[in-house]
Amino acid sequence: MTVPWSIAIKELRDALRNRWLLAISVLFAVLAVGIAWFGAAASGTVGFTNVPATMASLSTLATLLIPLIALMLAYDAIVGEDEAGTLLLLLSYPLRREQLLLGKFFGHGLILALATVAGFGAALLVILVGAEDVPAALLVGAFARFAVSSMMLGWVFLAMAYVLSCRVREKSTAAGLALAVWFFFVLVFDWLLLALLVLSEGRFSPESLPWVLLCSPTDLYRLINLSGFDAGAEMTGVLALGRELPVPVWGLWGALGLWMLVPLTLALVLFRRRI
Amino acid sequence: MTAIEMHSVRHGYGRTTVLHDLSLTVGAGEVLGLFGHNGAGKTTTMKLILGVLRPDAGEVRVLGVPAGEARARRELGYLPENVSFYPQLSGRETLTYFARLKGVPVSGIAALLDQVGLTDAADRRVRTYSKGMRQRLGLAQALLGEPRLLLLDEPTVGLDPIATADLYALIDDLRRRGTAVVLCSHVLAGVESYIDRAAILCQGRLRALGSLPELQREAGLRWRLTSLQVDPLGRTLRCERTVVAKEKMAWLRALSNQPETVDVEVRAPSLEDLYRHFQNTAGRRERV
Repeated sequence: MTVPWSIAIKELRDALRNRWLLAISVLFAVLAVGIAWFGAAASGTVGFTNVPATMASLSTLATLLIPLIALMLAYDAIVGEDEAGTLLLLLSYPLRREQLLLGKFFGHGLILALATVAGFGAALLVILVGAEDVPAALLVGAFARFAVSSMMLGWVFLAMAYVLSCRVREKSTAAGLALAVWFFFVLVFDWLLLALLVLSEGRFSPESLPWVLLCSPTDLYRLINLSGFDAGAEMTGVLALGRELPVPVWGLWGALGLWMLVPLTLALVLFRRRI
Repeated sequence: MTAIEMHSVRHGYGRTTVLHDLSLTVGAGEVLGLFGHNGAGKTTTMKLILGVLRPDAGEVRVLGVPAGEARARRELGYLPENVSFYPQLSGRETLTYFARLKGVPVSGIAALLDQVGLTDAADRRVRTYSKGMRQRLGLAQALLGEPRLLLLDEPTVGLDPIATADLYALIDDLRRRGTAVVLCSHVLAGVESYIDRAAILCQGRLRALGSLPELQREAGLRWRLTSLQVDPLGRTLRCERTVVAKEKMAWLRALSNQPETVDVEVRAPSLEDLYRHFQNTAGRRERV
């Protein structure tokens, strides 16, 4: 395991050096505190209101942001090394390709994990100290679930970025495709699903439709974060389908895990075929 | 031990065959120059030896084991063409990273940096390095772990004349210690005195292989004799003639027997002449 570890450490050091890690952590912290305080501004109040509403807003915003950060972090993992001429060099070293890719994954995964813990952890402390009448146990539990699922969501999109990076020949292509992936899972998928719901006018069986949510890691992520509450009110839009989803919470986690493993395996296969 | 053995190796991408029936051996302590136009198959040959590509047919063995095996890779050093490394790392950090990946002790890094003349720049970011400095860093990287086989792809690109001379001195030194070196280049001038044998690739085929004298015999190119003679009036006459190799000595004898000859310059067919000759004859053969 020393080879993947060496690669992971280098990635982590790069992120420290170019201040990526710091920037992401600060962004997460500011975001979380901001939402906790101003999330209810639309209803005329400022300040921490309640845990379910906060988690719902937070996970909605994180759904936009975390995939984007993960894709930006990893889209050039392989194709970037190829363009710099270091990929051929690395492949001539006594290491296997899966070690190289796993090393990148560990490194990028660690960056996201540290940023999540540092950023959202800081936000949690600020809320606990600064707000009055906070149900501390409920909030800590919700934040823990939020932090872990955020990491997972980031890892899912890291794996997708590797698929792109192993497949294409130019960095700019990988960047373009990464944006397309982000756009699809963050916006287009839900639009399509809504359009389907509206246009089908109930012709689809209500039992099968909720399963479609499993096809989107971002929807899975939001379902996981709302699952802890009796939060029917927060499940708006396509997530309303989730209320009818006959899958226990661990099933949602498992599905998110699959969303990480399948692209990672695909990336490995593509990387092995690359010359 | 034989450093490289290639037996009837064929390789292609899709339907185009890039290498046809290549057989080549390089012994320990031998320096082989691998020459050819862009697209002649040099890089493919390198990748086959590195084990990054697998041959479609034939066999490639490196240091006694099939190419690409961890043991072969650990004892092999490779300097790729145009490697820019990681701009955010310093030279020392770059070498440390690659040493860890290769599994060699990092204690030898200071000596390597010194050997390539990068000690003063060792802690600067590679971003600030000139092309020649990056090339030297690449060379230090290739020398990690005292490899028994060194593959150098265009090693002199971006080096100034002094650094080039240093590089060749280094290669000479390594050769004496038994390291096999494959030097891939299209800069032919100056390289001939440092290589033991030359391999000339042309359109994916090995067109010629041998030491310089062997290739000169095979090509049958003419030698150039330039003589300076002083006529009875004291005027200097310069006389140039090209002769075939086996008449060279007869001409030299005749010239030195003439008392008016004050100087004779003998120029053998250079590597460049040979290269052009083999490229042209290959082209002609192809057209027929």
